[in-house]
Amino acid sequence: MKDIFITSERLDSKACTDAVIYPGAGGVVVFVGTVRNKTKGKKVLHLEFETYEKMALIEMQKIADEAKAKWSLDKMVIHHRTGLVPIGEEAVVIACSAAHRKEAFEACEYAIDTLKLSVPIWKKEIFEDGEVWVSAHP
Amino acid sequence: MNIEIIAFGIAKDIIQGKSVAMNLALGATVSDVKKDLIRDYPDFQSLASLKLAVNAEYVSDDYILNENDEVVLIPPVSGG
Repeated sequence: MKDIFITSERLDSKACTDAVIYPGAGGVVVFVGTVRNKTKGKKVLHLEFETYEKMALIEMQKIADEAKAKWSLDKMVIHHRTGLVPIGEEAVVIACSAAHRKEAFEACEYAIDTLKLSVPIWKKEIFEDGEVWVSAHP
Repeated sequence: MNIEIIAFGIAKDIIQGKSVAMNLALGATVSDVKKDLIRDYPDFQSLASLKLAVNAEYVSDDYILNENDEVVLIPPVSGG
């Protein structure tokens, strides 16, 4: 399995979790971002993700490298889905492991926060009466 | 020089296509491209941010473009 991966197929958070477990790990933290059925009370039908894949993979790799260096992690896996993602399915999975839980928690939070700021992936919410690119406007 | 600027997300909707060809003076910077884009497509002004990537890396406004650069418009990202 690739550590840094973008796919239009379903993500597998269990496989991502298994991939970061190693004998020296004392803590594994996994963040799974799933598609929610509403935004500010408005019903969402599904999401559509678009990526500038070449650059997104580079930026995702940078996040994993920085997190591994800063928190002395052995492994970090970042998988992101693209295309149409139905309600309840996994849009992003970030898994990491460390000797102790504190490092793993902090590294995982850093990774998802940074991904949302820097990785060229765009999310469109599809409603019954229209669609909106998320965060496009202030 | 002619440069093809590739768009993603809402930038695609604003230019109504996947890319836009721009004729730029030699030595033109990212800042010049942004000014031209806002002149041609005022909707770019309403975005929370507008960045450009060159050859799959973010660049600053003073970056000088070359004819063979892969230039991509990066509207506000929203992954995760």
